[in-house]
Amino acid sequence: MNRTVRRYFPIFVMPTLIAFLIAFAVPFVLGVLLSFTEFRTVSDATFVGFSNYIRAFKDDRLFLDALWFTVKFSVISVIGINVIAFILAMLFTRDIPGTNFFRTVFFMPNLIGGIVLGYIWQVIINGVLYKFGYSITSNPTYGFWGLVILMHWQMIGYMMIIYIAGIQNIPTDILEAARVDGANAFTTLFRITIPSVMPSITICLFLTITNSFKLFDQNLALTAGAPANRTQMLALDIYNTFYSRTGYEGVGQAKAVIFFIIVAVIALLQLNLTRRKEVES
Amino acid sequence: MGRKILNSIFFVLLLAFAAAFIFPVAVVLINSFKTKFSITESPFTLPLGSYFVGLANYTEGIRSTGFPSAFGWSLFITVFSIAAITVFTSMTAWYIVRVKTKFTSVLYYSLVFSMIVPFQMVMFTMSKIANVMHLDNPLGIILIYLGFGAGLSVFMYSGFIKTVPLGIEEAATIDGCTPLQTYWQVVFPILKPTAITVAILNTMWIWNDYLLPYLVIGSDYKTIPIAVQYLKGGYGSVDMGAMMAMLVLSIIPVVVFYLSSQKYIIKGVAAGAVKG
Repeated sequence: MNRTVRRYFPIFVMPTLIAFLIAFAVPFVLGVLLSFTEFRTVSDATFVGFSNYIRAFKDDRLFLDALWFTVKFSVISVIGINVIAFILAMLFTRDIPGTNFFRTVFFMPNLIGGIVLGYIWQVIINGVLYKFGYSITSNPTYGFWGLVILMHWQMIGYMMIIYIAGIQNIPTDILEAARVDGANAFTTLFRITIPSVMPSITICLFLTITNSFKLFDQNLALTAGAPANRTQMLALDIYNTFYSRTGYEGVGQAKAVIFFIIVAVIALLQLNLTRRKEVES
Repeated sequence: MGRKILNSIFFVLLLAFAAAFIFPVAVVLINSFKTKFSITESPFTLPLGSYFVGLANYTEGIRSTGFPSAFGWSLFITVFSIAAITVFTSMTAWYIVRVKTKFTSVLYYSLVFSMIVPFQMVMFTMSKIANVMHLDNPLGIILIYLGFGAGLSVFMYSGFIKTVPLGIEEAATIDGCTPLQTYWQVVFPILKPTAITVAILNTMWIWNDYLLPYLVIGSDYKTIPIAVQYLKGGYGSVDMGAMMAMLVLSIIPVVVFYLSSQKYIIKGVAAGAVKG
């Protein structure tokens, strides 16, 4: 059967393969190569070694500032979102009336696009700050917390759904046994529930970490980096390096490579760490 | 008894939390019927008296953004991209699982790898290539979405295909089915639940995607997120009234989609997480 299937390679694999090469594989390889060159239009690239990588840090502090801002934002968001989503999931596995309605409400923001979300929250936050004579762009702290709140609002529902599925998968006889043995709520939570939902925690951490690090649309719509690029996250800084500064295309590409490595390393580290904690069930 | 009281307390807390979740959307909806100045100065008041402008913000917003055409392009791009992804990546996943060669395993791992690469890594080179190859139109962008959606989709399909017993396919082959017939008549019907999950997960990001279509097709064929972002424009001040109206119009299709296929979306999200 294997051999006959192989003759169908052009039909089964070609469309996806061509699309993947054009959209991702070739641009990725080309992107890595271009990060070692200076160019305006790609065809005029000249090799410059690691100078783009050095310039990414040395020409100005924008990239480092964006990196620090992104790290702070991600740590707070990842912890906050997962804790709140987990608590909600725990509540929804008790029999509280209206569970379906609540689930619907909490998940809804996740389907709204980042640009739209950014402008929604801009109105709310500006509306509150207006009373005190400020706006979201008067102080980077406002933009920072604005993004944190927005991210929570968007991601909590999604993570909640994953945690609910995880908690519902815990065999009831284990929980029953714990109850019979006289385990209190905290022991049950830390000894049984959390270890049992480790696969859900793995995936939720992965999704929140990568989405926080890669945040772009929400950042662009809410503050666009204002004031003075002080609320600029990594993705937005790379975008601006590419498209708002001529002569910086190579630097932008070098920043993008660094960005990719940071995201990949953190994601793989986290997957390894939490996978090790997963128990066989 | 204690449990019942505790549950009522939780219920009240959840109600308050739910109100906080609905609040931002409610504010935008209310402000879409108010004058521009009242939106900035007192966004938390009702559209009464001199604040009320009826549908003026909507007519102005639709005029200045070309919302109907943006909606059309968003729908066109999303529907055909999802169709292409659902069909082609499932076929590819089946081939990868059933034909074990060096090539298919390299392809599989490249696809999985593409999932963790941030878009900024490829955005410049990809949009240049799309430009050179004349893919910078609503049809060409479907091919690009197929490429970007392939990672997650092939990953999810192949996770499921591995659990499909070979026997059924072999029986079909013995009965004289070509691989294509075997796939469409025997394998794909079994894959349907996964296909729905794949379609939903991809719809969720493609419908809302901003940067990719902005870089590839730019302002010629604005999708909804691009049209909304254009309202802000260069350095001029934003027409807050039109902005509120456009935000409401952008949310409506999402709400309709959500309420009509909520069951599948919730299942899809949970299933996607298990596979991940």
